[in-house]
Amino acid sequence: MLPEIGHFSLILALNLCVLLSVFPFIGSVKGDVVLMSLARPLTVGVFVFVALAYVSLTAAFATDDFSVLYVAEHSNTLLPERYKLTAVWGGHEGSFLLWIFMLSGWMLAVAHFSRSVPLDFLARVLSILGMLSVGYLLFLLATSNPFDRVVPLAPADGADLNSALQDFGFIVHPPTLYMGYVGFSVVFAFAMAALLSGRLDSAWARWCRPWANVAWAILTLGLCLGSWWAYYELGWGGWWAWDPVENPPLITWLLGTALVHSLAVSEKRGAFKSWTVMLSILAFAGSLLGTFITRSGLLTSIHAFASDPERGIFILGILVLSIGGGLLLYAVRSPLLKGGVGFELSSREMFLLTNNVLLVVAAASVLLGTLFPMIFQALTGKLISIGPPYFNAIFIPLMIPLIFFMAVGPLSMWKSTSVRSMVTRLGRVAMISLVLGIGLPLVITLEFDFWSIAGVGFALWISLSMISDFGNKIRKKSNIVEGVRGLSLSYYGMQLAHIGVAVMVAGISLTSSYSIEKSVLLQSGESTDLGEFNFEIGAARSVSGKNFSGQEVSINVSKDDIFLTELLPQRRVYFASGTPSTEMAIDAGFLRDLFVTLGEQKENGAWSMTLYVKPFVRWIWLGALFMVFGGLVSAADKRYRYLQESVDKNKKSLATYSSGKTADVGV
Amino acid sequence: MLGYEMLKRLLPISAFFSFIAALAVGLFLENKDLPSVLVGKQVPSFSLKTIDGSLVTNNDLPGEIFLLNVWGSYCLPCLIEHPTFMSLTERGEIPVVGINYRDELNLADDWLKENGDPFLFSIADPSGRFGIDLGVYGAPETYLVDAEGIIRYRHVSVLNDSVWREVFLPLVKSLRTPKIALVGM
Amino acid sequence: MNFYKIWLRNISVFFLICSSFVSFAVVAQVDTFQFDKAENQERFRNLSNELRCPMCQNTSLSGSSGGVAEDLRREIYLMIKEGQTDREIKDFMFERYGDFIFYKPRLTVGTIFLWVGPAFFLLIGGCVGFSVFRSAQSLTLKNKTLTDSDQNKIESLLTREEQNLKIKGKTS
Repeated sequence: MLPEIGHFSLILALNLCVLLSVFPFIGSVKGDVVLMSLARPLTVGVFVFVALAYVSLTAAFATDDFSVLYVAEHSNTLLPERYKLTAVWGGHEGSFLLWIFMLSGWMLAVAHFSRSVPLDFLARVLSILGMLSVGYLLFLLATSNPFDRVVPLAPADGADLNSALQDFGFIVHPPTLYMGYVGFSVVFAFAMAALLSGRLDSAWARWCRPWANVAWAILTLGLCLGSWWAYYELGWGGWWAWDPVENPPLITWLLGTALVHSLAVSEKRGAFKSWTVMLSILAFAGSLLGTFITRSGLLTSIHAFASDPERGIFILGILVLSIGGGLLLYAVRSPLLKGGVGFELSSREMFLLTNNVLLVVAAASVLLGTLFPMIFQALTGKLISIGPPYFNAIFIPLMIPLIFFMAVGPLSMWKSTSVRSMVTRLGRVAMISLVLGIGLPLVITLEFDFWSIAGVGFALWISLSMISDFGNKIRKKSNIVEGVRGLSLSYYGMQLAHIGVAVMVAGISLTSSYSIEKSVLLQSGESTDLGEFNFEIGAARSVSGKNFSGQEVSINVSKDDIFLTELLPQRRVYFASGTPSTEMAIDAGFLRDLFVTLGEQKENGAWSMTLYVKPFVRWIWLGALFMVFGGLVSAADKRYRYLQESVDKNKKSLATYSSGKTADVGV
Repeated sequence: MLGYEMLKRLLPISAFFSFIAALAVGLFLENKDLPSVLVGKQVPSFSLKTIDGSLVTNNDLPGEIFLLNVWGSYCLPCLIEHPTFMSLTERGEIPVVGINYRDELNLADDWLKENGDPFLFSIADPSGRFGIDLGVYGAPETYLVDAEGIIRYRHVSVLNDSVWREVFLPLVKSLRTPKIALVGM
Repeated sequence: MNFYKIWLRNISVFFLICSSFVSFAVVAQVDTFQFDKAENQERFRNLSNELRCPMCQNTSLSGSSGGVAEDLRREIYLMIKEGQTDREIKDFMFERYGDFIFYKPRLTVGTIFLWVGPAFFLLIGGCVGFSVFRSAQSLTLKNKTLTDSDQNKIESLLTREEQNLKIKGKTS
């Protein structure tokens, strides 16, 4: 019964979306306030029914309703409760329902928080989001209904959730990633509404900016969680693999980063408008492309049977209609976006433009590398692989100038900034970063390593210039407290995000340069050294869980004969699928991770295992977290709230006025 | 000037549609089979034991068109394609040589006893070394080899009745007509 | 009526299980090859990172537990031990698995675009950036006074807004 309710709610939600995409839109064209004000209640309705569908599917998982095909394929009676609830997004159908659920959540948020936005504009935004939802819901209902039944032959126990997905990382990674992805639909809708209404001014950028910042921050978090999950779950210590499924979120992130910066110029200076709109379309296209690539089976190789060209065609259709429509609208309306203000070669605008060009070129290059094998095969019939060695060779050279300008941009002035003043302000920073960048790694390790020097140097370059700028700004005020309070939240947000980049750059370069690993075959009681650490193998014992059994080996790690920690790597076999799996043991630390992967036990009782010491690997995710907070903090800037408050006040005064209590207004 | 402006505005959308066209082409690529580098080349030379323990070399391969099937007792898809090979040899349509890939001999033996043995003989390749020479990805894989011992086609994953009818049979027929086979070379 | 469809589905479920076994390299692989020289150990690591596990969805030889990957790593180890060069080992792999096995594609007529592409993008990006700058510069020259007064207006509006906020903050 419940799955049918879910199915029916989806159909209802689809109908409401159709209404949402038609009536408020007509209202906004005709200036009909009644039709326009339908947008909010319809959005609430869509959210309610999509949520109901989502809850029904979750309930089917919670109650082991294997008569639902999707549940039978992705769950199992033995699966622990929390994984039953998260197995909802363990496959294509459910994860797409989650996607739609997220979108309806964003729509609800837009309806609720955009009080400051004029009604006709809001009606357009919600209408466009409604159109997108129509496409997604049709796709779900027509090609991938998660509520399909297998009534005659319901399996007793279900299949199983891939053991790699039975994990905390899996609980948090996909929802966060989708949340970020879908957020760019909101930005896209704002851009489309602006093109339709011809109202593309600083006010528009101001409405749009907090949404873009939040979407960007959440996408950053999603990528960070994905990288962290891959690191501890997949077991070879890698944190980024340049996988065709990982690349689209990165492409979207790069475009989103460009967008966040370009929006700043549009808001503050009214410049780059048409470029900003273009980036909104591109970032959204990146998010759709990500869906397309993961769900159509376009870029998987053999032994992946889940591909389905029918779904691919459908998503391609959505892509053509939404992005094609967006670009068409752009082509027709972009003459409206002329104007703006001038700036000189040495100006903040120019530095931000350079940043944008580099980010977009990086995104395009990653896209090229991701899709090239497919294009190559279509043209020549031959298969090739493109992997980390290629991407690193292309990506890193593009990031270096970007990082260089990252220190220059925030210190420069809008419109025109004198080169001489920049040199005097940054000269000392450059000197210190150069000296410490070369000195620190050299003194500590007594080895010359180019990448660690570059990493430390650039990290210092970014963070020192930030600190110097911060100091300058505070010194202008009468006292420190006043100075600290005088700076806006969006300034602090930018600082945080940029320092996040510095932390990440240091983490990436140091962990790439100084990680060491060693594969050994050891019996209980034996020990081995790796770097400055000693690993001593203890006893093995069997372990078991609700849906697996396996073995665990105790490893005592010490440094200079002082006991540090006990690591307990496992090998598991999951009952339902018979899949073996390795559970890494990680001792996480601010300065280094110790990491053990357990192999097989040989005939003589010895265990094969790989030991890793990974210095500064946590800094990669720490930096990403800084960026996330930076994005959120700057979205919370009071100038976005202020607009809303003033509108609220206007409304109140309007209300009091209309009810005749005019005397109270002049307070 | 106007033409240039127009061009500039239409550039993104035309780039986008060519991109979409590329994606659509990619979607319909019959790509999931991996073309083997060894197609058109001789079966690599070998001198190995069969699972019965007798020594075989390239000279023991049938002097006619035959199938070379990579299988293992652990491989579930192999079990699915097995009836197709059974009926092919029962009908005498084509000889099939097996390569028992990365398997244990007694398990392979049991598997054949249980499910029937369609193979002329099965080359034992417990270490997967011969598989590397053939460019094998994993079981199941099936190679079509002509009378001269030249590999003509490689199929990855399950070879069922319809794959046999639609993919292999036309190739076999054209190879059995001598003149076309020469043209094919 | 729909039994065939259901059967088909069950079969595909079955395949999904098999494929998840193959393509998800959750079982991290541990080799315990012993090398006489640290340099050879390093070569082994680089080679198994640069070569792809042919059967996997997208993993290098070093990251995969798949059967072929295991065999190929052993093969690399033996070839290094025999004293073969990286070049020879790569050629050996190429003869058997083609270009597919290389994560960094060889430079050929077909793959040249992979390297030209990003440079081309950079060129386009540079041109777009330059044209944006040029049009902005013409604006600066044409409407300098207007822009300046606009700017002043904007700034005074912004400071007024900030002051309003501060007053609000103090009263509340």
